Amino acid sequence: MKLYLGIDLGSTTSKAVIIDEHEQIIGRGITNTRSDYRVAADIARMEAEFNSRFTILHRKLKSETNGETNWTEFFSHLKDRFHFLQFRERFYKLVDAIKSNLSTVENPGDRSRMHPIIHNMPGKILSVIRDRFLSGEVSTTSDFFRDLFSSAYMQEIEHVNKDIYDQLVAIYDRAINPIENENITFDFGELLTEALDMMPEDFRLNHQRVERHLEFVAKESLEPTDYVGTGYGRQLLPFEEKHIKSEILCHAMGAHACFPNTRTVLDIGGQDTKAIQVDRHGFVTSFQMNDRCAAGCGRYLGYIADEMSISVSELGPLAMGAEYEANICSTCTVFAGAELREYLNLGEKKENILAGLHLAIVQRAFALLARSGGVYNEFTFTGGVARNSAVVKYVKQLVIQNYGEMKINCHTDSIFMGALGGALFSARRK
Amino acid sequence: MGVQKETSMIKQKQMLAEHFMELATAKESGKKVVYTFVPGNLSELIYTFDMLPVYPEINSLQSGMRKKSGDYIRDAEDMGYSEDVCSYVKCDIGMMLQGNIGPTGQKLPDPDLLLLSYTGCFVFMKWFENLKQFYPNSEIAMLHIPYQEAGIIEPYAVQYIKDQLEREVIPKMEKLSGKTFNEAKLKRKLELSAQAEDLLIDVFDSARHRPSPIDAYFGGVYYIGPIFTAFRGSQDCVDYYQELKKEVDYRVRHKLGPVTPDGVLTQEKARLVVEGPPNWTHFRNFWKIFYDLGAVFVGSTYTRVGGVYDEGFRHSPDDPLGSLATYCLGCYTNRNLPQRIDLLESFITKYHADGLLVNSIKSCNSFSAGQLVMMRELEQKLGIPVGFIETDLVDPRYYSYSNIKNRLDSFFQMLEQRQSVRISDEILSDDVLA
Repeated sequence: MKLYLGIDLGSTTSKAVIIDEHEQIIGRGITNTRSDYRVAADIARMEAEFNSRFTILHRKLKSETNGETNWTEFFSHLKDRFHFLQFRERFYKLVDAIKSNLSTVENPGDRSRMHPIIHNMPGKILSVIRDRFLSGEVSTTSDFFRDLFSSAYMQEIEHVNKDIYDQLVAIYDRAINPIENENITFDFGELLTEALDMMPEDFRLNHQRVERHLEFVAKESLEPTDYVGTGYGRQLLPFEEKHIKSEILCHAMGAHACFPNTRTVLDIGGQDTKAIQVDRHGFVTSFQMNDRCAAGCGRYLGYIADEMSISVSELGPLAMGAEYEANICSTCTVFAGAELREYLNLGEKKENILAGLHLAIVQRAFALLARSGGVYNEFTFTGGVARNSAVVKYVKQLVIQNYGEMKINCHTDSIFMGALGGALFSARRK
Repeated sequence: MGVQKETSMIKQKQMLAEHFMELATAKESGKKVVYTFVPGNLSELIYTFDMLPVYPEINSLQSGMRKKSGDYIRDAEDMGYSEDVCSYVKCDIGMMLQGNIGPTGQKLPDPDLLLLSYTGCFVFMKWFENLKQFYPNSEIAMLHIPYQEAGIIEPYAVQYIKDQLEREVIPKMEKLSGKTFNEAKLKRKLELSAQAEDLLIDVFDSARHRPSPIDAYFGGVYYIGPIFTAFRGSQDCVDYYQELKKEVDYRVRHKLGPVTPDGVLTQEKARLVVEGPPNWTHFRNFWKIFYDLGAVFVGSTYTRVGGVYDEGFRHSPDDPLGSLATYCLGCYTNRNLPQRIDLLESFITKYHADGLLVNSIKSCNSFSAGQLVMMRELEQKLGIPVGFIETDLVDPRYYSYSNIKNRLDSFFQMLEQRQSVRISDEILSDDVLA
């Protein structure tokens, strides 16, 4: 089997996509980008490989069982458990680091008060997170290790006294970065075996079938025939020049592969917004990117989420519950934060404020779209921000308002478009 | 710059050194000094009265290249000029505040005449209003050039400019210089201008060859253009272009690429046409991005700011003032958008360009307004990749290498993608493609 790999090292998330020789996606991997870009790229790639192994296994089982088993549901449970086991590995390392940081607390009184908290915390946190994984609540595309751990940790320490609270936060902060930047290797077969043991009763009957293929699936070589790296951090990838491609071309290629009639692609990523015009081959004819200011990109949402002490994934759903959009006129992320606080002081509902903030982002993106020549034919919206339901709503609204009724595409794989484009470039290379 | 020197370059250096020496000693020699602008400059007329021209935009770009513009701009901003004011203006004002030292380290003389030729850039008027504050004793003359709204040069506009020359500009020059207007002398200069213009166009048109022997943007402003602005109407100017043409012809015969600061470009990978001025503060770094990738500019509109000669216009002794008027009307910044698009299209087709690049200038409205429309029209009409970057003329704060490089990486890959399709359809000739 010939495989092609695309890696998109974005400012917020790193993505990897593996496609087969028929240009079908067989594996996707994603993680949060961290200070060591190579680790982020390696993890994304490893996740895409594991995901590919699941796909291969799924295809095999499906082909030999004539539909009597709901394999989609089976694999959904299996992957939840598998991902939990991956989480657990890094979790133990982080807990050890936090414990060892405890010895750096200078005041012995503080240290002894913090000791029981630190030593009792792991069991509680792991159990809470385990339940979240096993009940399918954790999204592997947006709930990353850091997010999962920190929210549970902060919840665990929120009632302690202020004087030791800050120190508990500080020892976590010092521990998370080195652990997050550590590359951990996993044995797919071992993890899968353990995950199978954790499956709910109803699915246990399938174990034998799965185990028959386990060795093959775990050992099958997934070495790509060719690969391309793209994204904001592409120059930092340890790839030769010929394996590096501009993210503009990759996003366009990915979007065009999913929607061949699209002529205009809007991609909102972590710190870049790109308005891209493509021809019928998927070749870029022109593009515009935000320059000098990243307001209106994903980081803007991240900033707002921090200001409101909620997670980024909660923003869209909250904004969808608005009665109207509060008027946010600022074109600067930081000043928009000031507007947000002002509205909260005035008693405005946070849903309405958030709706206004979402609309503001989309309006900025549309100014860029206008600069790039507007919207032709089919319109495709991609990038990490395309997962936010409120942004999608306003994008659709503004496309119709400004350019009339037309087909608007927003793929479930929107965040993977750059990596998919990279994989396609490598597959089509002569 | 540690550039490879050709005879024309040495001559250029000598001519400029002599020019600045003349300026530095103008007071002693009694020569009157005219501050004026590059677009719509009346060099021949100025030299007819034995006066010397000073071009504030050129002083500013020179300050930019010598890394002095940042300080000058800061001083102008301290004085109250806002961040959004044209950086050429602020750089010029800052230079005056610091003693008006020119590019050769010699002090520039105060102006005796501020000759404002208005060719589409409204900032010029404010600029000279400000200079008048600095030099209250200088005369001021305004030459208003009507914008080519309809895209044609109307006879009334030519007459209107001739009237201003006769009633306003020439009498002031006569008064200042103490000399009567000598039409025969002007005619001789215009004849020399026409000769230089023929040669200049020959040099620009050499870009039709593959490889192009010239870089019509960076090389255009560094080697090809400067002499034209300051010396049009002189025998020296004709001699310079004869020498340059000889060198270019040699390069064509030997299939040599253009000279860059790091030597001759050996492998031409992409041919580009560019709209907009270059950035001066990081001129070499900016140029290097292109020549490192084997990209050569075969046409640029910025080198037509001082006059457009591509469509046949030449200064003419047959109608001296009329040809000066027609020249002013035809300057690039005095043309409407469809005309600018037509000129770009002619460059793209005539010089077989693979793509169009727009360098939008943060503080220059006269150039930047309309660039997006121009880009879009050309992209749709010619089906070529277009790229867009943003820098500034001489404000170093607006040159972001990583932003520019990131956009250019994508643009070059767009070109490659196109070329891979095109090469299979077309066999490329080694010789002239026209």
